[in-house]
Amino acid sequence: MTSFLDHTINGLVVGNIYALLAVGLALIFGVSRLINFAHGSVYVVGAYVGLIAVAHLKLPLPLTILAVVVGTGALGILIERVGLRPLAHSVRIAPLLATIGISFVIDQLIQLTFSPDPQALPSLVPDWRFTVGGVTVGALDLVIAGIGVTSAALLYGFLTFTRLGWAVRATAQDRDAARQMGVDVDAVNRAVFAIASALGGLSGLLVGMYYNYISPAMSFQATLKGIVAEVVGGVGNVPGAVVGSLLLGLTESYGIALLGTTYRNLFAFVLLVLILVLKPNGLFASNRQLPPEPMTGTFVAPSRPLKLPASALAGLTVAAFALPLVVTTPYVLQTLSNAWLYAMLGLSLTLVAGTVGQVSLGHAALLAIGGYVSALLAVDLGLPVMLAILAAGLATGAIGTVLVSPAFRLRGHYVSIATLAIGEIVGLVILNWESVTRGPIGVSGIPPIEIAGIPLYSAAATYWFTLAVMVVLALLQAKLLASHLGRTLRAIREDDVAARSHGIALSRYKAIAFGFGGFAAGISGAITAHLYSYINHETFNAQISILALTIVILGGMGNVLGAIVGSVALIGLPELFRITAEYRILIYGIALLLLVRFRPQGLLGTV
Amino acid sequence: MPKLLEVRGLVRRFGGLTAVDGIDLDVAEGEMVSVIGPNGAGKTTLFNLVTGLDHPDDGSVRLAGEDVTGLAPEALARRRVARTFQHGRVFGNLTVMDNVLIGAHTRLKVARPGWPILGAVAELGRALFGVFEPAVEEYALKAEAREILKLFGDRLLPRQDQPAYSLSYANRRRVEIARALALKPRILFLDEPTAGMNPTETNEIMEIVRGLKATGLTIVLIEHKLDMVMRLSDRIVVMDDGARIAEGPPSAVRHDPKVIAAYLGHGSVGGADDRAAGAVAEPRLKAVAGGRA
Ligand SMILES: Nc1ncnc2c1ncn2[C@@H]1O[C@H](COP(=O)(O)OP(=O)(O)OP(=O)(O)O)[C@@H](O)[C@H]1O
Ligand SMILES: [Mg+2]
Repeated sequence: MTSFLDHTINGLVVGNIYALLAVGLALIFGVSRLINFAHGSVYVVGAYVGLIAVAHLKLPLPLTILAVVVGTGALGILIERVGLRPLAHSVRIAPLLATIGISFVIDQLIQLTFSPDPQALPSLVPDWRFTVGGVTVGALDLVIAGIGVTSAALLYGFLTFTRLGWAVRATAQDRDAARQMGVDVDAVNRAVFAIASALGGLSGLLVGMYYNYISPAMSFQATLKGIVAEVVGGVGNVPGAVVGSLLLGLTESYGIALLGTTYRNLFAFVLLVLILVLKPNGLFASNRQLPPEPMTGTFVAPSRPLKLPASALAGLTVAAFALPLVVTTPYVLQTLSNAWLYAMLGLSLTLVAGTVGQVSLGHAALLAIGGYVSALLAVDLGLPVMLAILAAGLATGAIGTVLVSPAFRLRGHYVSIATLAIGEIVGLVILNWESVTRGPIGVSGIPPIEIAGIPLYSAAATYWFTLAVMVVLALLQAKLLASHLGRTLRAIREDDVAARSHGIALSRYKAIAFGFGGFAAGISGAITAHLYSYINHETFNAQISILALTIVILGGMGNVLGAIVGSVALIGLPELFRITAEYRILIYGIALLLLVRFRPQGLLGTV
Repeated sequence: MPKLLEVRGLVRRFGGLTAVDGIDLDVAEGEMVSVIGPNGAGKTTLFNLVTGLDHPDDGSVRLAGEDVTGLAPEALARRRVARTFQHGRVFGNLTVMDNVLIGAHTRLKVARPGWPILGAVAELGRALFGVFEPAVEEYALKAEAREILKLFGDRLLPRQDQPAYSLSYANRRRVEIARALALKPRILFLDEPTAGMNPTETNEIMEIVRGLKATGLTIVLIEHKLDMVMRLSDRIVVMDDGARIAEGPPSAVRHDPKVIAAYLGHGSVGGADDRAAGAVAEPRLKAVAGGRA
């Protein structure tokens, strides 16, 4: 009983922290219809501003809080200025992608400044503990609860009693009407980003003090948790976000008590997917919502894709195959092999996100499925490697499609959130399903690729093999796009309502796209596993998903050749210039930002 | 006459507003029925309910005797129900030809539904590895699509390989009609096909609709340009505030006092003074409806 109450208190405290994040996300979504993926980065910045204030400047708690609020509030204004305002007239997904780019940049800057290692953030609150009726409550718990309630009250007061607060609510209700009534929507956005970010920063500070631990890596998880809480409460619903956060905190707390800490995130993401599928408007909205507005404007920017003549394509292919005859440096060939593997992932994602318009943010999970299936088939069942790779491709197509199928009925940003969550779930299942996947230890001793009994050890052989597989997949995809499926899938992207009215069953075609895309990604993951000889649950992480998306956008959404060019540019070039890993991610973030802003159709154009 | 479409007591509420309030509508095979009424009368909502884009709160829809209430739009498309959209929903990044071919989707043999899952796998297989069958089918369909485009004279045919977003507004509307026709519909729902068109363009569309009617196609038309409605329709249904306030042949509806009251409050509806195919009537009707709101 006591421990039950302790878990409840713990859940409420954690929920309170989530609430500070989720309320900000809900406010931002309310006024700008944007899911701010940089929110977790703001939270991390809050934690590090707190670190400077506490550990270096030795400020007392109130001043520390002030510093965090001011610092992250200003950062919020900057994010609005860079990530949102210039993209007001772009396609709807553009600001979301921009905030992903911003989060990469911020996280990486933090990491470069403060080192990637976790640090201790000393709590400024005395370590008093009270025992009331068998329940232990710490002073910090009370401080967190106090800050949560005070913030809520201030926010309520702001929204209800100030002019700007009214403007915020008017904008959230109907942006265009508010603009016509003379509301300065830019000012509203700025204010909302400032407030939301200040709350997010505060959340980071409190988490740091609560766990006495901060690290740049907290960012992504924080964004995810905030989004889960927000979706549970109903996207854009501020009071709902508070309730959603408390529910999420409690669910996690009880879940951990029952099953252990490694399950914590699994609960959060399963909850998210369930809500998205069963109550997409949140727990508190009635399910029978208005049908979606007719969408004006299409998903991808209109453009005329660059068309290369077949002879040029053939020439390029021959040149690519001939390269090892000229360039024999193993390092260069390995780098390009890696680029071909990413190109397979890019092909997969450009089909799903570009051609069908389902912007998947969890695509690396397909690599993980392919990698594990092939590795386990080869190691545990002794299947010949080539057969294992093929089986892994087929299995990934099937498993991936089944896993994302709950997201088939979702649209727009919800697809992105759902795929992100599903991707995380895959990673967590791999981590926790020890009897099959070996859990955190990973799979080692994965046999190398063999052709006719001869293992591929040389860099040139690996290069040729990966290139050949990639070319075959690209040709298949080109054939698919030239068939009736090409126009059918693109019609779904352009206007799913009109597509349905002409007899196109959305689920069937989304499944076909994910099936084919899963096959390509699964093959890529499988080959990677055999090249690395060791994989674990972190080999194919969420950063790879975002990198894949950047590749796809760089090349041009839906563009087969673009996916290949994009991966050579983003994988090959930084490697050849020997840019170190941290800076590389910074470059990916900046590349994503610049692309979304200045060349949304990519290098070769959307198809 | 056999009834192709039978709508009974259809209701759709949006919060406190009842957009469609117990509508009955019968359409016989080969008949052309127009649905008119002021802005916000519930005409488009009625179309959405009948074509599966929206679910009625009450009432039923029968197509050729089969109960199709609440069926998905793709299921209705397979029953050869076609429609166009009031605000235009062409596939902007697809070429004119591809737009029209999408209309023929339900007739594609390579895309036949087949068994659940297996049918989809087979379709993917045919697209990836099929050589002869898909090519022959595409070839035939393209020829058919060009025939449909020919209906619009030289408006669309020379532009068949251009992306739809590059077309003029009127041409996009034409593409939408062409796309609907590619479905080989047994009943065609047109939602304000001439909205935003000038009198010449409107007349062109009117002639096309007249031609379609002459082929025996069953058509349900929403239109504010009453001149066109009066000339083409076999029967007119007048809606106001979600309810049917009048029904009958053009000659009767034109002089029905309830209709006149709903529309203008004075004069005749769609009379001889609406010479320019509704060019006069439309702004006036919109103004009247705007005044009501
Ligand atoms: N998705 C929706 N959510 C809420 N209300 C809606 C929705 N769709 C339609 N309405 C309302 O239902 C009523 C009927 O709308 P509908 O579009 O069917 O009118 P209409 O007769 O087609 O008008 P118009 O001639 O302007 O096209 C209007 O008051 C409209 O505001
Ligand atoms: Mg309408």
